[in-house]
Amino acid sequence: MKVVITSTGDSPGVLVDRRFGRCHYFVLFDTLTGEIEFIRNPGVDHLEGAGVAAVNLIAEKGVKKVVSGEFGAKVKSLFDQLQIQLVSVPHESMTVRKVIEMLSETGE
Amino acid sequence: MPRRKLLRKVLSPPRVKGFTPLGEESHGAPVLMGFEEYEAIRLCDFDGYHQAEAARIMNVSRPTFARIYDEARRKVAQSFVTAAPLIFEGGRIYYDSEWYRCEKCRCRFNHLEKAEGPSRCALCGSGEIVPVKEAVRQEKPGHRCICRACGAVKEVLHGMPCNQVVCEECGSRMIRKGVRAGWN
Repeated sequence: MKVVITSTGDSPGVLVDRRFGRCHYFVLFDTLTGEIEFIRNPGVDHLEGAGVAAVNLIAEKGVKKVVSGEFGAKVKSLFDQLQIQLVSVPHESMTVRKVIEMLSETGE
Repeated sequence: MPRRKLLRKVLSPPRVKGFTPLGEESHGAPVLMGFEEYEAIRLCDFDGYHQAEAARIMNVSRPTFARIYDEARRKVAQSFVTAAPLIFEGGRIYYDSEWYRCEKCRCRFNHLEKAEGPSRCALCGSGEIVPVKEAVRQEKPGHRCICRACGAVKEVLHGMPCNQVVCEECGSRMIRKGVRAGWN
């Protein structure tokens, strides 16, 4: 299963980005193969519609789960329609590597 | 221009696109039912909620819910009686799913399968999960009425007209407390 994690940078040691639409990078993680890909978020400076643009980008990749900090109302309802699961991490200090480890352990 | 309709919350959209009558070769014009109308029937007739509760779940007022529900039933009846196909389509709605919190890693996640709840956390896989309670819309506070005859005070619900409240002490009609000089 493919999972997207929002990230503040382009290495696994950085923190999960609390913002969904205006995060710096998306980390595309495949739980089956263990592949990790960093995608720069083109909507980071958008004044409006960054979340919706990000949803489109993610949906195209065939992702089934998204890990981030907070999700807006528009984004939530879009993801619900697309049947993509949302996970909101609690700590400011959680790194991308930690999330990837947790996801790998569950084996889903 | 009329005021725009509020968005109605839909927890569970229909699983099929619609229904067609059995044993009819040609169908007439289909009956179009909005997702909010389907949701109203699902909440009231399938889940057995009262209209006031269902209205709160869909985030609309109770009179609005009653209108949606009436329209839904009228369309079901029309479809049954005229043997017209029923198609689910449109409506001013937004989707919402149920959220859970994991006690172990403290993350929150939503759950998309409506039929059964999740058994494990979506992030760490632990079984220590609890549903996140949605903040229920606060009821407006009530007011106090006073009896003109004997001065008894009574707390009543918001929206209850004072002149319909009967004093428990002496049986006479009451008025709003604290608004008319000389009486209270």
